[in-house]
Amino acid sequence: MSYKIYEINEEFLDVMPQEIKDLQFKATWGNPKRGVMDLPYSKELIEEHSLCAGCPESMALRYILASLPNPEDTIIVNSTGCTSLVFPHIALHTVHSLFGNQNAVASGIKRVLEWRFPDKVKDVVVLAGDGATVDIGLDCTLQSFFRQEKITTICFDNEVYANTGGQESGLTVKGHVFKMAPKGKQWDKVPMWQLAIDSGCHYVARLTVSSPKRVETVIKKAIYVAREVGPTYVHLYTPCILEIGLNSDDGLDEMRQRDKERFAFFEYVSEPAKEVIERKKEEGLL
Amino acid sequence: MQTSTETVIYNRAGQRVVSPDYLLFEAPRTKHFMTGSEAVKEAVKRASVDASVSYPITPQSEAAHLIGELWVEGYVGVYFRGESEFGVMSEIAGCAMAGARTITTTSGPGTLRAFENFPMWAGTRIPVQLVLMARGVNSPLSIQPDNLEVGFLLDTGCMIWYAENAQDLFDMILAGFVVAEQPDVHVPVITVVDGFFVSHTREAVMLPPDDIALPPYNPYKAPMPVIDAEVPPGRFLRDPFVMKSNYISYATHASWQWEVRSAIERSRPYAKHYLRGLVEEFGDPSAELVFVACGTAAAQSKEAVRLLEEEGIKARVIKLKTIRPFPIEELRQAVKGAKYIFVPEFNVVGWLEREVRRYLYGHSDAEVIGAPRVAGGMTMPAEVIVKEVLKLTGKEVKHVI
Repeated sequence: MSYKIYEINEEFLDVMPQEIKDLQFKATWGNPKRGVMDLPYSKELIEEHSLCAGCPESMALRYILASLPNPEDTIIVNSTGCTSLVFPHIALHTVHSLFGNQNAVASGIKRVLEWRFPDKVKDVVVLAGDGATVDIGLDCTLQSFFRQEKITTICFDNEVYANTGGQESGLTVKGHVFKMAPKGKQWDKVPMWQLAIDSGCHYVARLTVSSPKRVETVIKKAIYVAREVGPTYVHLYTPCILEIGLNSDDGLDEMRQRDKERFAFFEYVSEPAKEVIERKKEEGLL
Repeated sequence: MQTSTETVIYNRAGQRVVSPDYLLFEAPRTKHFMTGSEAVKEAVKRASVDASVSYPITPQSEAAHLIGELWVEGYVGVYFRGESEFGVMSEIAGCAMAGARTITTTSGPGTLRAFENFPMWAGTRIPVQLVLMARGVNSPLSIQPDNLEVGFLLDTGCMIWYAENAQDLFDMILAGFVVAEQPDVHVPVITVVDGFFVSHTREAVMLPPDDIALPPYNPYKAPMPVIDAEVPPGRFLRDPFVMKSNYISYATHASWQWEVRSAIERSRPYAKHYLRGLVEEFGDPSAELVFVACGTAAAQSKEAVRLLEEEGIKARVIKLKTIRPFPIEELRQAVKGAKYIFVPEFNVVGWLEREVRRYLYGHSDAEVIGAPRVAGGMTMPAEVIVKEVLKLTGKEVKHVI
């Protein structure tokens, strides 16, 4: 890897906004112990990003970006949707190709990087919304688990197609009225965390992003296990406050509510994954 | 030829690396008898391919199996079966973005299932090669040869080359990587053959030795940074969104579209060199009756020229090797003196006739006749082509049933 990747061309430095410069000068590269406690002093996502004011997804992104153990050698693959809008506002290698094929693109990238750089650690992380992960992209998502691709899949579950204006998704709660479900959604929320376990993921977690430290631990576990064992899946509740009619400062409360019910913290760890997690704890990395 | 003062370089498979010119033009060749699918294998074997992902669909499956065998034998670095053509073309994109020389194959409906990926490939400027063994796509279901899908692919921003036979296919696959990977080109290449007619029939193919191969792909020469976190510049989204509604974003999007198409234009001199010209001419150069065709329609037209000769009618064939870029100047030159231009095709819509008319408009006084045209797997006997010509002259001929 090369730290130069994250450097702004010197000739452009004087015209770059301070925020963009901060992405370089306040980054925490090269430290596997980095985490959410660095957030007050570091910069992961610029303030003027494209998400709505108070969007819990922006919180989630900041926690995840701060928690990547190996950001300088991490490729993030994302999909069409609200998530994809913020990727121009971070300083990491990211790929957006189409809607729903994120796990397939990530599979290709991971396999080739593993083949081209057998002696280096290159993490590949998929980050997409519920529409991309569980609806249009479910085939690609599950098949990457079946194939035991060594990638981490993170789903931002806001229970709606948010970026297209609020249509019900596979993860919308039954009965909820959204556009394209004018009589209320007719069937239950897809239990994606369970599908992930049944499809071969070695580490699966379901949680909200109301607790930064917990997000950090989950993300680190998921990435370490994916690196050594096989696919891992993290399901994060990031409510679309706009579509469910909340104020921009209500996101955190909404997540704290759901913490106690349908997003109660849940974690699955396979036997080989347990070994990795224990070892990483001993190494002081978890 | 290598001399003693030169360092001999081997690729990962242990093959001696030679220049594309040596491999394509100078290396001694021996005759082999094989199917089009096997010709794909032989080309991939000599192409220092890094990655391939497969999905079964007739008639390309055999070629995809054979690439898998090459993976087992160590000639291909990464190989697996994807979940669908959409998945495969996405995985292929990932492989290429991560810096691999990448190839895959598909046919018919699979092409359409994967379709969203082709403009994405072109827009991402990855030099992927897709070997398309063309087959029917319409309902009712057909697995028979038909090249309608090529009409859909023409404007995806990918180069489209068309092989007439197994020999063409072998040479085009090797040349395809060389041209697609030129830094000033660097767009995908779709190498087309008519499924079954070429993929499943055996013919003589002249092959260079299999212990030599193309120089490996160097992703650091690409005009777009490779996604491997090794080289700057890297802080980018691939590709950046241009979704803000303002003139700068409109212009950004539009200029990128033009850039992709300009990249195809810049492939002309390379394609001309490695394919020995963008068109091939056959028959009497003074003939006023001209067939413009590609693929097996060109082969059948050549046969028709022979039949017509026996009837005292002079004719010639202009075979198009590339459709994107379209050999505009070559075609305009070649049809000088033509009175009648027949465009025989293996599809129902006549996409090649449209292309020929478009590029000859205002440049030729010849009458363009979009016939004969077959579809749904029918062969195009040379007699059918002859019959079309005879309709024009009103002459009865013994060859025509």
